[in-house]
Amino acid sequence: MEGLRERLIARTLLVVACSVVLALAIITYFIFRAGLPIIFHLGLDDFLFSTRWMPADEGGSYGIGAMALGSLWVTLGALVVGVPLGVAVAVFSAELAPTWLANLIRPAIQLLAGIPSVIYGFVGLMVLVPWVRQHLGGPGLCVFTAAIVLGIMILPNIISISEDSLRAVPPAYRQGALALGATRWQTIWGVLIPAARSGIMASIILGMGRALGETMAVIMMIGNSLQVPRSLLDPATTLTSNIGLEMAYASGQHREALFATGVVLFAFIMILNLIANVVSRRRVQA
Amino acid sequence: MITHPVLSGARQVVTLARRRCRCASLSVAGILLALAGVTALSGCARAGGRAAATRVTVAGSTSVTPFAEQLAEEFMRKRPGVQVNIQGIGSSAGIQATETGAADVGMSSRALNQEEVRELHPVLVALDAMAIIAHPDNPVRNVALPQLRRIFAGEIRNWRMLGGRDAPITLVNREAGSGARGAFEELVMGKGGSPLDYRSIRQGSQGAVRAVVEGDPNAVGYVSSGVLTPGVRALHVDGVAPTAEEAVAGRYKLVRPFLFVLRRGEAPVGLARDYIGYVLSKEGQETLVHSGLIAAPKEALPWKD
Amino acid sequence: MTAEKQVRVWPRVVQRIAFALIWTAALATLMVLAFIVLYVLRLGLPHVDWRFLSRYPEAMGREGGILPAIVGTVVLTLAAVAVAAPLGIGAAVFLTEYTWESRVTRAVRFGAEALAGVPSIIYGLFGFIFFVTYLRMGWSILSGALTLAIMILPTIIRTAEEAILTVPRPYRDVSFGLGATRWQMVTSVVLPTALPGIVTGIILAIGRSVGETAAIIFTAGTALTMPTSLLSPARTMSVHFFVLAIEGISLEKAYATGAILILTTLLINVLANWLVVNAVRRHARRG
Repeated sequence: MEGLRERLIARTLLVVACSVVLALAIITYFIFRAGLPIIFHLGLDDFLFSTRWMPADEGGSYGIGAMALGSLWVTLGALVVGVPLGVAVAVFSAELAPTWLANLIRPAIQLLAGIPSVIYGFVGLMVLVPWVRQHLGGPGLCVFTAAIVLGIMILPNIISISEDSLRAVPPAYRQGALALGATRWQTIWGVLIPAARSGIMASIILGMGRALGETMAVIMMIGNSLQVPRSLLDPATTLTSNIGLEMAYASGQHREALFATGVVLFAFIMILNLIANVVSRRRVQA
Repeated sequence: MITHPVLSGARQVVTLARRRCRCASLSVAGILLALAGVTALSGCARAGGRAAATRVTVAGSTSVTPFAEQLAEEFMRKRPGVQVNIQGIGSSAGIQATETGAADVGMSSRALNQEEVRELHPVLVALDAMAIIAHPDNPVRNVALPQLRRIFAGEIRNWRMLGGRDAPITLVNREAGSGARGAFEELVMGKGGSPLDYRSIRQGSQGAVRAVVEGDPNAVGYVSSGVLTPGVRALHVDGVAPTAEEAVAGRYKLVRPFLFVLRRGEAPVGLARDYIGYVLSKEGQETLVHSGLIAAPKEALPWKD
Repeated sequence: MTAEKQVRVWPRVVQRIAFALIWTAALATLMVLAFIVLYVLRLGLPHVDWRFLSRYPEAMGREGGILPAIVGTVVLTLAAVAVAAPLGIGAAVFLTEYTWESRVTRAVRFGAEALAGVPSIIYGLFGFIFFVTYLRMGWSILSGALTLAIMILPTIIRTAEEAILTVPRPYRDVSFGLGATRWQMVTSVVLPTALPGIVTGIILAIGRSVGETAAIIFTAGTALTMPTSLLSPARTMSVHFFVLAIEGISLEKAYATGAILILTTLLINVLANWLVVNAVRRHARRG
């Protein structure tokens, strides 16, 4: 009796655990089912690289080139803002900060991670957009604004993982470097950061994933223009924000094209995750 | 392994709390409760079903949404206990939702196309004069219709060419599929005319368009004249202001229909019918006119009252 | 200046500059955080009062309160957690107690990691096409909660797994020694010991649900009415905030709703931290 019950429980738990895999499979299946047909219909080349997105055209023109470039610029911009700042804060928190300040920074970063993205978008819209419009020109709703706010939004990802990997560097490395007469900065720059390199890389890739996937905050700040941005002050659109903006109004082929955009985004993110996975696994082996 | 700071925090908690085992029953109870919750939830879901008698779903155009919501609020105040759910999902999606039965009533801010008319019956609930809006500080007060067409085609790109300041025009458009954009294309750009400039800023609702124009002295956009605020100025088109009087008199040309759409062959019953009846009633129409729309000319309803 | 001296002085100058930059970065980050929180609270709190929390919105949210959005948020979040917590904890128990590293566990771990990386707009698309359309649940709390449940599942699994892994081996051995079955051991020793960690994970999952927008708009809808059943559509506070903010309906109400969102986030974070600190203190008292 006992044995039967135990076996039943073990079975149930197996099924429960497999629900995760099942969920992933269903998501992948339904997204691809909704989006792939039109990609084949239009041809992968045209869909990915054409910059003409005009659902109202006769027959519809669907090329995601412009928004893919928008995503690229915004994501790179976010990394330019977020990576130096994030790694610096991680170093500060792991190496330089007095204990009380380090104890303050940890929950602060957690809070930064917990603030809803719509709040970031809103503060960006109310504070940064008018500032950019007045001091740098253009409509203010642009790549630059979105990139800065996204850069702040990915800070928690970068800081927490980088800090963990900095702390995981064996103390002997640090002691050795200091004993050889290196300054603390030389130790940090020449020993600790290289030793924590793969963790920092993983944090950057995950931050990239977050920047690439963010939707609502970007919709609020980027202006959603379908042009290929030629300057940082041009409005643009991203893969995500275009889905978010147009999904509600789309039907038929237009909707399929949005799902196809989702397929591309999904594939992109999966590749990024795999890379992050490989990078961080290498760290474990090292 | 990548560890989140919170995860390491959690680990710390556990390490420190490891001697405490007495909350065994508590955790089991927690899980059971959760499971019971799920079961109860799915039970509710089934029991909830389609309680058509007290609930009606109206979905579609975001331009119509604010007005439909206002009328729904008044309607629900008169009929406590009933629920009118207004979903602002866009004209095309609303039309589709009505076809498939996901919504009881659809809202559209553009005329139905031929395919749609075969499945659905449009009920005209109001007319809307579309206003061309700019920032109050902008000295330009009037545009000619051909100028407007060239502005939105991206051919006129500086206010100087319209007698204004030397500043680039920030175009603010709606996105493809929205009724407002569809109507604007039809009324201003014309069939087969030049397309709307793809470089323009796009916003997801009239409120969002208005918010951009309120903030940017060089912006121009289009919204329903029912949602004008002191923060924006409605330009005259060919010297005519976008008011209800001018529209009714036929002098202001940028007028579009606000429609409710229903499935053909199915007369609406119960609450849906009452709600539409209220919208078309004298009281409902007065509310709409008060909000800046134009009352719908009386027309035969698809069902007998 | 001799070459030797240069070598000694130069690194110190570099260190000075580098440390100054790092301090600046850290303080800047804290200031940005403080700015966002204080900005929203300062402009929002003056408009928050009991009436705002307890009344229905009027004129699309231009007047009145946000009661339906609060109820929508709470119900949606609780329903999502009610689905995700048993699944997540069950999966964690399975991974740690009922199996060894195998293809299955690798698949489950991969699945959880992949789900964690999926952007919320993709969840929104999926929830819309699967729950709303394919399973015909419509825009409803049910569709929204199930979508959210999948979204927060990885967080719950990871925290629960980490928490369970820290329960020391001897506990399990003793339990088995006393004749307990595996399930008895899990329920009477492992889960209670790991409880604070598990609860922390659930609280974080709640935080994510409260802040979510993109996935909810397409699954739970945007209707601003009081939900009456699990099949009613609902609007959460985040969605309400987004609509108010981007449509410029009422900046006052937008700031007020934003302030409530920030306060909720603060509360959730304080709660999660309090769990940690409290456990530390209790441990200290017991020695």
